Amino acid sequence: MALVDRSSDGKETTRVLVALVENKPGVLTRVASLFRRRNFNIESLTVGHTDSPDISRMTIVVDATKTNAAMVERNLYKMVNIIDVQDVTQSPAVMRDLALIKVKIDGQTRFEVMQLIDVYRAKVVDICSDSMIVEVTGPEAKVNSLVDMLRPYGIIEMVRTGLVAMVRGSGYWSGMPPENGNGSPVETEPDIVSLGM
Amino acid sequence: MKRTGAQIVWESMMREGVAVVFGYPGGAIMPVYDALLDYPVHHVLVRHEENAAFAADGYARASGRVGVCLATSGPGATNLLTGLADAMMDSAPVVAITGQVASSLVGSDAFQETDVTGVTLPVTKHNYLVTRVEELAGVMKEAFHIARSGRPGPVLVDVCKDVQFASTDFDYDAIQVRLPGYRPVMRGTEEQIEEAVALINASQRPIILAGHGIILSGAHDELQSLAEKAHIPISTTLLGIGTIPESHPLNLRMMGMHGEAYVNQAVQAADLILALGMRFDDRVTGTLRTYAQNAQVIHVDIDPAEIGKNVVADIGIVGDAKNVLAQLLPRVEYQERADWFAQIDEWRQDTTRRDILNREEDASLHVPFVIDQIRRSINGSGQVTIVSDVGQHQMWAAQYFRHERRNRFFTSGGLGSMGCGLPMAVGASFARPDEEVWVIAGDGGFQMSLPELATVAQERLPIKIAVMRNGYLGMVRQWQELLLGKRYSGVAISSPDFVKVAEAYGILGMRASEKSQVAEVIAEARSHPGPTLIDFVVEQEANVYPMVEPGKALHEMLRRPLA
Repeated sequence: MALVDRSSDGKETTRVLVALVENKPGVLTRVASLFRRRNFNIESLTVGHTDSPDISRMTIVVDATKTNAAMVERNLYKMVNIIDVQDVTQSPAVMRDLALIKVKIDGQTRFEVMQLIDVYRAKVVDICSDSMIVEVTGPEAKVNSLVDMLRPYGIIEMVRTGLVAMVRGSGYWSGMPPENGNGSPVETEPDIVSLGM
Repeated sequence: MKRTGAQIVWESMMREGVAVVFGYPGGAIMPVYDALLDYPVHHVLVRHEENAAFAADGYARASGRVGVCLATSGPGATNLLTGLADAMMDSAPVVAITGQVASSLVGSDAFQETDVTGVTLPVTKHNYLVTRVEELAGVMKEAFHIARSGRPGPVLVDVCKDVQFASTDFDYDAIQVRLPGYRPVMRGTEEQIEEAVALINASQRPIILAGHGIILSGAHDELQSLAEKAHIPISTTLLGIGTIPESHPLNLRMMGMHGEAYVNQAVQAADLILALGMRFDDRVTGTLRTYAQNAQVIHVDIDPAEIGKNVVADIGIVGDAKNVLAQLLPRVEYQERADWFAQIDEWRQDTTRRDILNREEDASLHVPFVIDQIRRSINGSGQVTIVSDVGQHQMWAAQYFRHERRNRFFTSGGLGSMGCGLPMAVGASFARPDEEVWVIAGDGGFQMSLPELATVAQERLPIKIAVMRNGYLGMVRQWQELLLGKRYSGVAISSPDFVKVAEAYGILGMRASEKSQVAEVIAEARSHPGPTLIDFVVEQEANVYPMVEPGKALHEMLRRPLA
């Protein structure tokens, strides 16, 4: 993380933060409690596994019109169980949202809807005579657009996962400080350069 | 070697250098209390768990070490809350150990079960629920490390009762603390320091705002050196009192809601604010809309989340104040700034003339007079720690007791918790057994923790308690008078005969209701080897001035009327 107040110079109305967290009981409660306590306005929060069983990964989308994303980042950073935080809003990153949309169909609209879905490279994952479930993955804007297109047919039910994000390229982000040999972190002073501060 | 969980609690504490703990036993912590008998740790039985947390807080502030409090599950643990919240707000290193119901019963609403890690989450720096004895020693080591490092704060360890009974191998020294997400940043980057130095050296009207962080990092020398070398006036926050002698010519003294007017005028007129280990609390800034509008801000704090929280920093430096000051020191240059200092002196001019509350010729007994008499009495034989409760007397203690020595003023700053005074003094008295400890309290706050007189008596602590009895919850009354048209609501408070109360506890009780009696009772209290209580019957409706009304700009102060 860095101390520059990036949320004020960017024009984005949403900011995307990615956090690596220790996979311990109660970490989600701590994060949720922080957001409530500091009155942070969060659009979405997703949590999932990483390749390490000890580490989970959160993607947090902040409504930057109401909440200073830099303050969210700094507050997350200082939490003991949060290993590292990155604001990836301006990084070249892959950002994906997944939605399941149950939409009304009838004999007349079925093929129309399926053609529409095809344009979005979405999939029909369940179908019956008067409804189908559509699965779509993509940036939020694409998902929003499909939802808008399907709305006139009648959306019965919808669920979205919230955004997940990953920076492009072959870089590996472990969030861990450089190895300090056999010393316990108690004895060592952190390397400021590695923290980017 | 094999140890039970209960033994591990004490073994770990001994290795962390803990010699005294403040607590109250109960069902879920009984194994720990049983094991206590085999360890040379002094247990102080408080009369309410809240005061155990305050005592640990006071011990921590006075010793610079981690203060420890103990409580049982359920009500014992929930009673700790206010003291923990206080330690959290004022960054005091505290470890709280609480008993919890057996791990098999967690979540079943068992007798005296409360979700303690849940309820303490927002008021602790970190907390743990220990359900396996194998985890306990590592958790203890982490708890002490987290409590005292970085920005200090309270850490709670909730230990299930079966864990206290169970045994495991114990080797404290072999435990490696692995906290990959906990890496406090200790010093500024080269770029930040360079930019800060350029601003400091170019500034015409700079001011240093020194906070509690200076004390916590032990940066007193560096602060004074920097101020002297660069020739910059200093103002302190309430908890920054004791960072630099109050008689130092560069120390303008306390800023904020009840700071002297010239100090706040200087802040408002400054072209550079160098904020060191302080967090721009609303009691310091007044309304942010008009706060220090001409100033560029360099904000140094060890907590990254403080930077930009209330006041936008032109340069934010995350780091330990002592390190950052040492980085700045060689590069700052002396500037005369004659106009600036002359201007501040001009603003300062009528301040003494307005100081009517302290006048000898005024017949009524005012708190500032009492505080000033205590100061005069101690002056020269200056081994005294002042612990203040919360309210009008707290502000007067800050204004009128001029601290020449370091870290001699403790009070609940951020949380403003009434009742903190006596229990914090109990803790401070254990941390400084050779020093005179005074409590300044009002009749409201004192009655909140009055049962701790029994603790004082049982432990034979030579604490001197000055109760300023005006028959009102004074600060609330003052606001009702000044802001709500004198509609007094819920502020009249009666008190028992404090002299008799003291005597009932075996404590020397005295009373002073006239100015002529004050010096005498103070002298008598000081010469008495044991605890003493003085009931000062003071002016009922006196106000603390100057005062920035809530929501007003810092320079729009209600001044003391001119004499």
